[in-house]
Amino acid sequence: MSKEEALYRYVLRLGDNALVLAQRLIELVAHGPELEEEMANANFALDYLGQARMFYSYAGEVEGEGRGEDYFAFMRGEREFANFLLLEQPNGHFGDTIARSVLFENYYLLQLEALTRCIDSRLAEIAARSVKEIRYHQRHDSQWLVRLGDGTPESHERIQQSINDLWPFTGEMFLGDEVDTVIREKYNGPDLGVLKTAWELRTLGTLKEATLHVPDDQWMHSGGREGRHTEHFGPLIAEMQYMQRSYPGLNW
Amino acid sequence: MAETIANLYSETEIWKWLGEVPDPEIPVVSVIDLGIVRKVTVIGGGVIVDVSPTYSGCPATEFIEDSIKTKLQAEGLAAVTIRRVLSPPWTTDWITKAGRDKLLEYGIAPPASSASMRDLLGKAEVHCPRCGSNQTTAISEFGSTACKASYKCDECLEPFEYFKCI
Repeated sequence: MSKEEALYRYVLRLGDNALVLAQRLIELVAHGPELEEEMANANFALDYLGQARMFYSYAGEVEGEGRGEDYFAFMRGEREFANFLLLEQPNGHFGDTIARSVLFENYYLLQLEALTRCIDSRLAEIAARSVKEIRYHQRHDSQWLVRLGDGTPESHERIQQSINDLWPFTGEMFLGDEVDTVIREKYNGPDLGVLKTAWELRTLGTLKEATLHVPDDQWMHSGGREGRHTEHFGPLIAEMQYMQRSYPGLNW
Repeated sequence: MAETIANLYSETEIWKWLGEVPDPEIPVVSVIDLGIVRKVTVIGGGVIVDVSPTYSGCPATEFIEDSIKTKLQAEGLAAVTIRRVLSPPWTTDWITKAGRDKLLEYGIAPPASSASMRDLLGKAEVHCPRCGSNQTTAISEFGSTACKASYKCDECLEPFEYFKCI
């Protein structure tokens, strides 16, 4: 795989992760559990959407075939999206949403921090811009995880169930493939082994503070990187792409 | 026509005009007060303005770029090019002293002095913009826009917005 091909695919994946989580969080608009959290989540969604746009625009430039952010977001099929399966999981109750965010943000934050030191200057710039936003999200969401875990017996039980349900989706974040290898070797990108250790340290620390534990069963899902999605993904992109599919080329 | 076109406008003039372009969400501060204009390059009868977006998803980014263009064209500049500059990323440390004063006067607590990690992750001291008390409580990490948090003053009991450090 050429350096350029790997960079294109890597940046596109970053865009897919950001866009899919943005779309999930946007679904909460007008459905938040309380006004403050409603605004927080809408703002997080906006940050993710902005990051997705930067990644997609850059992926299009690296690819050099004239495809841009709108194409990548609205004109690709389900199998062409390579986001983590974790991110397409439904919002569920508020605890599910928070647990999903914490598990991902602990990873994404480390990934972005590493990418600020990569040798591709544009990717490093986007990472440096995004890392500040994700740091804020991560702090907010971790506080909620602790509050719910170390809260009432009911909130504890329910957020523990969220962790149990979502934990099997965390394994694929560290699988890595040829794209990750090229990014690490040729661009000084993140080392997934190092990242995993740091992620576990951070995540287990927060879970401990929240009086929660990791489920015993360590079986893990995978497939997002190859475009093999869970059943929740179809409806998500059907809604997201509706306008462009119905009215191709439509502009505001 | 001369071989080389002399610069028709001075940088000082351009900066002055940019100082009259308001932020669409907090109109008391200008784009200069916010510190998002990075550089002005005058070339002949035109200008290149380097602008840093505040947040990745800030819906005002495109609006601000358009406002700058419109303003400078209204002042007679023929070619106005806006360059979006990501690096180094914008920080609230770039909000000018004048900008901070205007925010305070408007009733928004300006960001605590430095956006260092300690401030971001630890407790920054936020003063009430009305009575000046430092006895304040965060109500929500987010206010009416992504750049603000909601606070209340424990002394005068007024709610207020805090322009958070990033």
